[in-house]
Amino acid sequence: MTRHLQLISRRSFLEGLNLAVGGLTLGLFSAEALAAEPSGRTGKKPKTSSPAIEDGTPGLNPNAFVHVAPDGLVTIVCHRSEMGQGIRSSLPVLIADELGADMARVRILQADGNKAYGDQNTDGSSSVRGIYDDMRRAGATARTMLVAAAAKRWKVKPEDCEAKDHAVFHRDGKRTLGFGELAAEAAKLAVPEAKSVRLRPKAELQHVGRPLPLLDGPAYVNGSAVFGADVKLPGMLVAVIARPAVVGGKVARYDAAKALAVPGVKRVLELPAPQKPYVYQQWGGVAVLAENTWAALKGRAALDITWEDGENASYDSKQYREALAASVRAPGTAVRNVGDVDKALAGAARVVEAEYYTPHLPHVPMEPLVALARVDGDTCEVWAPTQNPQDAQEVAGGILKIPPEKVKVHVTFLGGGFGRKSKADFIAEVVWLAREAGAPVRVQWTREDDVRNDYYHSVSMQRLSAGLDAEGKVVAWRHRTAFPPIASTFAPANRPGSRDLQQGVTDLALAVPNVRAETCEANAHVRIGWLRSVYNIFHSFSVNSFMDELAHARGVDPRDMRLELLGPQRVVTLAELGVPKLENYGQSLDEHPVDTGRMRRVVERVTKLARWDERKQDGRALGLAAHRSFLSYVAVVASVVKDAAGRLRVDEAWVVVDAGTVINPDRVRSQMEGSVIFGMSIALHGEISMKGGAVEQSNFRDFKLVRINEAPRKIHVDIVESDGAPGGIGEPGVPPVAPAIANAVFALTGTRVRELPLARSFPV
Amino acid sequence: MTIHVRVNGVEKELEVDPEMPLLWALRDVLGLTGTKYGCGQALCGACTVHLDGQTVRACVTPVRRAEGKSVTTIEGLSPDGSHPLQKAWCDLGVPQCGFCQAGQIMSAAALLAKKPKPTDADIDQSLAGNLCRCGTYTRIRAAVKKVAGIAEEEP
Repeated sequence: MTRHLQLISRRSFLEGLNLAVGGLTLGLFSAEALAAEPSGRTGKKPKTSSPAIEDGTPGLNPNAFVHVAPDGLVTIVCHRSEMGQGIRSSLPVLIADELGADMARVRILQADGNKAYGDQNTDGSSSVRGIYDDMRRAGATARTMLVAAAAKRWKVKPEDCEAKDHAVFHRDGKRTLGFGELAAEAAKLAVPEAKSVRLRPKAELQHVGRPLPLLDGPAYVNGSAVFGADVKLPGMLVAVIARPAVVGGKVARYDAAKALAVPGVKRVLELPAPQKPYVYQQWGGVAVLAENTWAALKGRAALDITWEDGENASYDSKQYREALAASVRAPGTAVRNVGDVDKALAGAARVVEAEYYTPHLPHVPMEPLVALARVDGDTCEVWAPTQNPQDAQEVAGGILKIPPEKVKVHVTFLGGGFGRKSKADFIAEVVWLAREAGAPVRVQWTREDDVRNDYYHSVSMQRLSAGLDAEGKVVAWRHRTAFPPIASTFAPANRPGSRDLQQGVTDLALAVPNVRAETCEANAHVRIGWLRSVYNIFHSFSVNSFMDELAHARGVDPRDMRLELLGPQRVVTLAELGVPKLENYGQSLDEHPVDTGRMRRVVERVTKLARWDERKQDGRALGLAAHRSFLSYVAVVASVVKDAAGRLRVDEAWVVVDAGTVINPDRVRSQMEGSVIFGMSIALHGEISMKGGAVEQSNFRDFKLVRINEAPRKIHVDIVESDGAPGGIGEPGVPPVAPAIANAVFALTGTRVRELPLARSFPV
Repeated sequence: MTIHVRVNGVEKELEVDPEMPLLWALRDVLGLTGTKYGCGQALCGACTVHLDGQTVRACVTPVRRAEGKSVTTIEGLSPDGSHPLQKAWCDLGVPQCGFCQAGQIMSAAALLAKKPKPTDADIDQSLAGNLCRCGTYTRIRAAVKKVAGIAEEEP
């Protein structure tokens, strides 16, 4: 079902306008404004509809997203969080384009958390797909009203008027009125039903799909962009927390006096231990609150805490891997079934089997977690780099036992998110501390805190089996998957659900007569969470690696094998997939079918670009992988070489993406480039391992990310031109990267990669 | 103890623990938040500033080491964001989340001050200490080369 976004009619002006926005033209955050004008203290009456526009402000404000001031300034509210995907340079541009606004006279305002905007969870690559038409309607509604106001004044038909370049023009070419001149009159008109307004045909759009600047670029490069830790509140204390190393661990004793003896340390507070299921609760432990970060860090180091580790103290990654392997070596629960796999495997001329292991991963956004809160009676104000301000409201409201709408959540720039900042655990901590301390608090996570207290990407084991007939054609395909599911963070669970399996298992198009997918048990011993592209990471790794293995087993070109397994161009039905339903990332299969034609096209295009057919004469070791996720299709070719020191290097990569309609092609390109680097970090270095229930890694010394000296010389990105419904962009680039590299490593070395990271088995 | 330091051309007197890392002195005491905390161990480069023209990781540099010296942060690189690197970063759309970019630019500025026509290897070496989780590395290289007037070879 398509997500529906409510556009609520209202006319009032943004509460705390100065608060969220400093610069006029771009609406950048201003740290000083944040500190000087806490909106919770302005004493304005609570808003009942859209939070964006303050009551009594002149101008046109037909919905939660658009305001046209009498001076012509257009304000567009961005309700999704900016974490590097460039959403502030995309969604508002779409709205402005429908409106007919001149981008030079548009400012972008970052929304606080508020249900009036619909879903604000910036996750699942969902900020364009699914809400694309609703966002356009927000702009088109304002345009319709401005046109109607002009038509009324001129006593002509609205059909004879056109809105463009920040003005309404009559077709006679003689009459023009600027948006600002029309705003007051338009505001007196009835707001049309959003569904009834005309959307511009694509040819009429000035910006969508064309080169667009990165609107926040100047703030990023001059240091003025306000990230979470850049907000400062008067009288604020900085808190750092010593958290249990083992999930479920508790504080036995600690020495508060030693911490309090550190100059600048003001308070030491023990946080309550969380109860299962952990969801977004605080982690427990002991907080040191100080005048500045340095004093808090020194105070924490002095705490001398003794811990009781609890039931997860036996969690050991080496042993767990054996348990996962045992799990996938026995039959699991069938979740996809076509034909008779057992019979086909038994009767196959040849059976190929392989197991693939991938470890836990952390998110490690460059900005470690941080949040600020001020609690004042039955109101609360939070500043945070959060992907989900409405969850933050819920969590804070739950702690303070006040309605969520009493909690104001201001969203700063996010220094990376990747799924970590959609969890509200760090919000829970700061709200609890601010209440207990009776002062505004900033909770600052260190990098070590971040590496060791994450909602980790699942460790996984995949077992794939294929039966080949006498001609080498694949007649049976069995996929067993085992991983502790994210659901375990929210309720007891040790197997994936159908929503998890659509990520590369049940939605995989296969022209194979007998197919079965099975889930096997895997218990969680840490908090599990979603990391950019989630389960697609290991499903794409195992499936694309296995297809490459099958090609080599049969002695055919891996691309040809891939296309053969994909089969002819078609829309794949649920019956063909062998599943009763497919969540399809929350969108309809009618609009976003599993389309093998689109997959074929990205595979064919990427191999052409990468000179796949000429790779032998070019002397290159190339690997190919392709994956559909978040309703987009991405194919990647990676080239791997050995450097002078014998280390493996990814020296070039090609990406072809079909995401349907795209708003900002340069941000799409940058997401694909970033996905290659992100996928390289997963493939080459990424591993969180557990011993004695605790994470063995601590910082970038032992948890490595790809650095610039490892980055490919070139990353080529090609975007398939399309007028189709938009798919996701932030995540779909990631899943094909690791298997493309692994397959290239095989092409170069003849050694098959069946576990990640490569650093386990190769010099990198 | 009072630390005397010139920050972005302005003399400052800091009454702080002399062991406090320069990073926290800049951020918490002077309110210069363009310099970022990313690791605290000189592993990520988000806190890169210039101390008498040399890059240092402010997160592991005790503020006492800045005594009598001159510190330049991203806020002081140019008065109005018009340093050629800042312009090139915008022109080429380098930033994604933006968090590491101040450190990247400070490292790149120090490189170009020393070596106006760096090779790819020079760029990689000088910026290898600056992590970018979003993966903007290929554009960072391109932007440095643009400022250096080095044409990007086409594939």
